[in-house]
Amino acid sequence: MADTVQSWGPDSIPDTAKAPVRVKGLQKFMRRHSTIAVLMCLPLIIIVACLIVYPAFYSIYLSMLNKSQTRFVGLANFTYLLSRDTFWMVVKQSAIFAISAVFFKALIGLITAHLVNNLPVKGQRKWRGMLLVPWVIPLALSTLGWWWLFDPTHSAFNYILKGMGFEEIAWLSDPYWARVSVILVNVWYGAPFFLIMYLAALKSVPEQLYEAASIDGASAWQKFIHITLPMMHNIIAITVLFSLIVTFANFDVVQIMTAGGPRNMTHVFATYSFLLGIRSGDLPLGAATSLFMFPILAIAAIFILRGVRKRGREIG
Amino acid sequence: MGTRITRRSVLKTAALGSAAIISAPYVRGAYAAGKLTLGCWDHWVPGANKTLDKICNEWGEKNKVEVHIDYITSQGEKDKLTAAAEAQAGTGHDIMSHRDWNIQVHQRVLEPLDDVVGQLIKQYGPISPVAEYLAKIKGTWRGVPTAVGSQVKPCQSRFDLFKEHAGIDLQDMFPADEAKYDKAKTDKWTWDTFLDSAQKLHKAGFPVGLPMGQTSDAVDWVGALFNSFGVVMVDAKDNIKINSDETRKALEYLKKLMAVNPPEVYAWDDAGNNRWMISGKGSSIMNPPSSWAVAKRDNPTVAEKIWHHPMPMGPKGRFVGQLPQFYGLWAFSKNKSAAKDLLLHMSQRESMAQLVEASFGYDLPSFKSMYDFDTWKKVGPPVGTAYSYPPRGDEQTSMAGAPARAEVGAQIYNQAINTVMVSKFTQGNEKLDDVIKWAEKELEGTLRV
Repeated sequence: MADTVQSWGPDSIPDTAKAPVRVKGLQKFMRRHSTIAVLMCLPLIIIVACLIVYPAFYSIYLSMLNKSQTRFVGLANFTYLLSRDTFWMVVKQSAIFAISAVFFKALIGLITAHLVNNLPVKGQRKWRGMLLVPWVIPLALSTLGWWWLFDPTHSAFNYILKGMGFEEIAWLSDPYWARVSVILVNVWYGAPFFLIMYLAALKSVPEQLYEAASIDGASAWQKFIHITLPMMHNIIAITVLFSLIVTFANFDVVQIMTAGGPRNMTHVFATYSFLLGIRSGDLPLGAATSLFMFPILAIAAIFILRGVRKRGREIG
Repeated sequence: MGTRITRRSVLKTAALGSAAIISAPYVRGAYAAGKLTLGCWDHWVPGANKTLDKICNEWGEKNKVEVHIDYITSQGEKDKLTAAAEAQAGTGHDIMSHRDWNIQVHQRVLEPLDDVVGQLIKQYGPISPVAEYLAKIKGTWRGVPTAVGSQVKPCQSRFDLFKEHAGIDLQDMFPADEAKYDKAKTDKWTWDTFLDSAQKLHKAGFPVGLPMGQTSDAVDWVGALFNSFGVVMVDAKDNIKINSDETRKALEYLKKLMAVNPPEVYAWDDAGNNRWMISGKGSSIMNPPSSWAVAKRDNPTVAEKIWHHPMPMGPKGRFVGQLPQFYGLWAFSKNKSAAKDLLLHMSQRESMAQLVEASFGYDLPSFKSMYDFDTWKKVGPPVGTAYSYPPRGDEQTSMAGAPARAEVGAQIYNQAINTVMVSKFTQGNEKLDDVIKWAEKELEGTLRV
């Protein structure tokens, strides 16, 4: 039995048994919340760095080259764009497109969220599911469906209008109607996002506030103005900001419906950038066009996020 | 036992070597055999890709080179996006299809192909001036014109409606045999005659359908009309020439012509005019035979009354819009000598005839000497409908944007400056001088270095 007796002297500790000291250190390192967070986010950080940060800096570099990408020209591409009437028309159209689309998306989202919120709990889920359908269908696919409805020659809408005795509408061939059409499709696609966000916000408003207001004799409108809206202020600001960014950068709807026509009057930054950069082979100018979105969106983001922080401090 | 080298055996070996060099002049180099990859335009005609596969594989088997073809659609400009990505990355296929202006766009990373095109010109005679304008950059050929996807956009008309409502017999004017063209009759086919017919057909309820959007069908036919009126937007020496009497006359003419088109032409894409013709509502469009081929399947009673014929003549001649395609060889290709030999093989008359046949006459080689293929004589109904699809008689090919430098022309074409001008004047009712002023400013922008 003597050979089974183990001594505990320092020399008798095998090398492998010394390892736990290091393991303990590693465990301690791994237990740090910040370390774990960084490690878990690392794949995303790498993806963002490769697919967003690098292309963003590369496009800045590209926008400062001449047409054949052989010479550094500084801000010449930007100053050139600023001197073009067509570019200013694109700026105006992008602003009209994004602001009106976001406004209607927010308005429709808010109204629909209230309607759904007031439905009996039993049937609510079905309505929520159905109203989310436009947001779930791939945009390129649904826009193609809309294009068929607006088809310049065989529009289904015009068929119905004609059947009802109304005049046909030049949905895509009249530049002003074409603007309305692309905004309409964007609103149809984006409104469910607002609906779901506002519905979540509505559900988080404490019921007691409404009860207290009812006791004080507040009307439904007064409750909406003095309770619902202030409680939803931050979520409205965040969704508007998010949607503004996405809508400003929209490409699919305009490219599929009108490709920027007629007479360049429906181009937005992304489609005009594609036209100059890819179709006309002037990548630096295309990159410069798309970068014009950045300062506009940055200014919007600063103002909106400042408002959100201010209200956060007030609530806190 | 050693091998004895005699004078006779040396001569025999040299003769065999020379024969091999003549039959495949580029393959027998250091890069013989190996692999070649091609990124080719995905043909809209079912089965046409298989013919290209067959031609390439035959060559591959003979030369012990593995050939792999990826077909890339032009829907959503995916082929152009792929080419742009490969050019930027410096890696990808060896040979790539390039549409319209893409040779010019990627000229810096495309291998010179003077030897291949020079050989073809020696074999088949002069090449289309439009192909030369688009692919011969600063005196160097950077692309080899191919039949696949190459097209012209002549008139495609309902001969029954023209006869009934406009009193014009198109089959008699442009019979399916160039030798029977009567100059006295063909000279009467002018833009004025076309306008007169369009007005009568509009009154009869069968308007012509001429697209006025910003896609290639619109840009091409307006480009051809501008050329026949002598309109020059920018000349070869970078002078802006749009402010001219020719431009004013062309726009005034277009004001009258667009008034008898359906109002939706301003929103048509390249399929809009096809649908118009196939539906039976339209009397004439300017298009390759693709719309006829679809009508043959979907509305045969319309298809059998369609006749392809040259464009109307203007004060400066008769022009038709041409849109050739090319194969380019990337400078970063690892197997250039084999690629050049494959390009030569694909461009032979026998290969071209197979490609034209597979596309029912849609594909058009850039060599006039190949316009005698049987396909155009025999496809129908009606038999001979596509005979005058390749330019016949005094019809010349043209490219909107030319004669400006290709870099400038590409901007003019892709930004559809000509059709936007016409739309501003005819649909937007802007003043003629304002439209010309707008065009001058846009053209100034295209000259940017």
